[in-house]
Amino acid sequence: MWSAGAEKEAGSAVIRPDRVVTTVCPYCGVGCNLQLHLRDDTIYRVTSPAESVVNKGNLCVKGRFGYDFVYHPKRVTTPLIRRTVQAPGRRTQAFDRAEWREATWDEALDLVAARLAEIYRRDGSNALAAYACAKATNEDNYLLQKMFRAIFRSNHIDHCTRLCHAGSVVALQMAVGSSAMSNTAAEVIHNDVFIVTGSNTTETHPIIALQMKAAVEKHGARLIVVDPRRIEMVNWAALWLPQRPGTDVPVFSAMAHVILKEGLVNEAFIRDRTEGFEAFAASMDKFTPEYAEAISGVPRDLIVRAARLYAGARNAAIYWALGIPEHSHGTDNAMSLIHLALLTGHIGRQGTGLNPLRGQNNVQGASDAGAMPWHYPGYQRVDDEQAARSFEDGWDVEPGGLNRTPGLTTTEILSSVGPGGVRALYIMGENPMMSEPNLNHTRRQMEQLEFLVAQDLFLTESAAYADVFLPAASWAEKDGTFTNTDRRVQLVRRAFEPRGQARPDSDIVCDLALRLEQRLGTGLGRRTAGWSYTGPAQVLEEMGRLVPEYAGVRYARLEGEGLQVPVWDDSHPGTPFLFEGSFPRGKAKFHPLEYRPAVEMPDDDYPFILTTGRVLEHWHGGAMTRQSRLDDLYPEAVAEIHPADAARAGVAEGQAVRVSSRRGSVVLRARLTTKSTLGVVFIAFHFREAAANLLTIDALDPQAKIPEYKACAVRVVPAREEELPHPEARLARGRW
Amino acid sequence: MAERIELTIDGRAVAVEPGTTILEAARRAGIDIPVLCYSKRTTPNGLCRMCVVEVEGARGLIASCLTPAAAGSRIHTETERVVRARRTMLEMLAFSVDLSEAPDLQALMDRYGARPERFEGGARRRPAPIDDNPMYVRDYAKCVLCWRCVQVCAEDVQFTFALNVSGRGHETHIGTAFGRPMPETTCVFCGQCVDVCPTGALKPRREWLLEQGMSAEAMMQATMTEKRKRGPALGGDESPGVVGRGGEGSRQRRDPS
Repeated sequence: MWSAGAEKEAGSAVIRPDRVVTTVCPYCGVGCNLQLHLRDDTIYRVTSPAESVVNKGNLCVKGRFGYDFVYHPKRVTTPLIRRTVQAPGRRTQAFDRAEWREATWDEALDLVAARLAEIYRRDGSNALAAYACAKATNEDNYLLQKMFRAIFRSNHIDHCTRLCHAGSVVALQMAVGSSAMSNTAAEVIHNDVFIVTGSNTTETHPIIALQMKAAVEKHGARLIVVDPRRIEMVNWAALWLPQRPGTDVPVFSAMAHVILKEGLVNEAFIRDRTEGFEAFAASMDKFTPEYAEAISGVPRDLIVRAARLYAGARNAAIYWALGIPEHSHGTDNAMSLIHLALLTGHIGRQGTGLNPLRGQNNVQGASDAGAMPWHYPGYQRVDDEQAARSFEDGWDVEPGGLNRTPGLTTTEILSSVGPGGVRALYIMGENPMMSEPNLNHTRRQMEQLEFLVAQDLFLTESAAYADVFLPAASWAEKDGTFTNTDRRVQLVRRAFEPRGQARPDSDIVCDLALRLEQRLGTGLGRRTAGWSYTGPAQVLEEMGRLVPEYAGVRYARLEGEGLQVPVWDDSHPGTPFLFEGSFPRGKAKFHPLEYRPAVEMPDDDYPFILTTGRVLEHWHGGAMTRQSRLDDLYPEAVAEIHPADAARAGVAEGQAVRVSSRRGSVVLRARLTTKSTLGVVFIAFHFREAAANLLTIDALDPQAKIPEYKACAVRVVPAREEELPHPEARLARGRW
Repeated sequence: MAERIELTIDGRAVAVEPGTTILEAARRAGIDIPVLCYSKRTTPNGLCRMCVVEVEGARGLIASCLTPAAAGSRIHTETERVVRARRTMLEMLAFSVDLSEAPDLQALMDRYGARPERFEGGARRRPAPIDDNPMYVRDYAKCVLCWRCVQVCAEDVQFTFALNVSGRGHETHIGTAFGRPMPETTCVFCGQCVDVCPTGALKPRREWLLEQGMSAEAMMQATMTEKRKRGPALGGDESPGVVGRGGEGSRQRRDPS
């Protein structure tokens, strides 16, 4: 049924691997260890060592079965150049290979170098921008940002961290001075209470969810879920606080209010390790449980009980994902969580902490490697003179040569496309045409580009706009390192040679950088920033010389369990949990908070709140999972809607519906489920034929510049079956 | 230093922490007791009896995987009685179940000189393979009922409870609630069950297809999604749809907005 000839023919041979390669999963930030069983370069079975510290031999459906994309016939493995010259305003998407011609690497890279150099000479640094890639290795990202900073003197380089945890990063930097998960994920079994909020953990970090389930079932921990959806983790929760999307600040601040009012604070911790307490405490006065209930819909009694449970714990931790930062007040949301830890001192010990669960396999690493507009590698600010000098020194750039002005963020880069703004964009692996909010706006901006380079596996929705397509090697075809969500740097190993002419991202970037230096060299008045590496190990070594946290991270030390950064020197063992004696900024700082509602609230025309997210079976824009048999398991987009709301909208289970916002509309099937609470509609953003981001709003958090993916107003009306993009794609599923 | 208890296994003195199973104690002493249902990833439940040993003073054979070692006990792991028990179990299994993809069990059959033909005329278990999901194939003709898959699906790892043990006696088999197809159960397709299956009864579809000589590229072409994209007519749907306006020549079929 599921594939031709599943009935096994007589005489077919049992397969034995000709090699088994140990590497790291390319999907989420958990960083599961994999063993790829290979026969003639075909990955046919994936296992994991039972002794692996990250995942104890367990995998999820993507890590176990999601590898068809590597071999997909549509994968592009030859450099491509567009046949028709593209002009700003008239740029089109070319999904049909007939619109492209195959080129040699020399021709493609020379063309890219010539056009980028031309635009740089004409319009200067600010005309060039790059999207780095949280799926690529630390080395790939380090080199791409180095190329943009050292050659083009542009800080306009960012990646999807802006779209996921930017609010958490900014809040954590402001409050404690470090933005990673403070503790190791596996420490969850040492919690006696933990809060999960804005994280559908069983679907987005399935292996951490297993550890959470074990913490509850086998180690007696009590779980508090704060989430507007009735996610699977609620099955394990002692308390579930279902807040309306966008009302996190009132809920968590009301918990702080209760903790303050009932004297459940850790006075010694506040006195010795924090500052700004008085002003903060005063700002919490008005966040009574009654006030929070009125705004959030969470019964006051639940807020009080949650506050007492968390504050009364011996070891308590908070785990959150994108439900917290992806708001126009995402920084405030994250801050309201940080306050709980600072009030109670549940940080700086094993089994406690503030733990933003990072989404992508290497979003932590790409951020560490400096693929961000305001920071050099290691979160050293570009406008810090000393930091700039150290990178000028490291990259052989003349003193004062590096750009000291913080660059544009992901969403800002696209918004500024046009004359006088960004003219050329270099996209390594990202897919803004799926991942940006308000895609109709994104499309108009993409069309205004003068020159676009895409480096990817497939002609994605974004790559299809490009002038030149550079075929990249997949994760199985290159060496490098990923840094997972709990800061563990692990080795990624080449299992087989890149297919066709594809090349690892690092190779492509270095080759291009050399060609650019040749063209621009005299103008820049210097020798070279250095692009001839013996391999990724040497790249990481260079990064270690410039980033103190990575000083001791060497390939030779990464065999086995890897190393958790910071690793301050060659003998440092790594850091399982942070902030034991002090915070990077010295004392942690409280910040007074105000409640700001979501930018777009439901009204008579658009009565529902749309919240977006992921499902277990798919990954982000779908470039990998939708080119795999995972798509057979979850073949179509659905709108999850509460049965009572569906009745109100006149919609039945499985019926086609049109979901519209003020920015766009999509047609998809309705799924009636109490996983959605009243008034909330959920759509996953993986499906290009019903792209949730056509609906989302491009309102940004003022500090973190993260868009408000998690709340906008929509209406739901019945549609006709034939309006569905794939009426025939259905699969009855029993999972929650 | 933690308390230790002392015992002898096959004449060797062994000291272990209280609570250590006989199997663990033997392994630490370098003595290999064969196992079938036992796995590091599941709670031992003494189902298969392959790991039985003789304990002096005990009436029957003892399953070493779940019996804690007792102080002063004298244990023999490879007596004639033990060997005969293991051989008989292997013979009965090999006759009723297809062990062709269980190399560990085949090695044990060699080690103990098992002759399954002694059970000629007995009932065989030959249910047809179940091909009900995109990720893995279930061929219960190869199932030895070790329960590992059920255990990892339940409290030992996943807390998903999609697989269970159904039927009684010879009719015992691994199945789903009400025999529903896998996608309609609570299954999340993590494949922990496939990983722990010792006999190839559970197999990744990619492996299944590779055995039939299918290339990696052809495997992808055989998915429902690709077949659907190709559609009833010739040619493919090159346009990815809607997040693109589509340039010249792209065959746009739908417009969502």
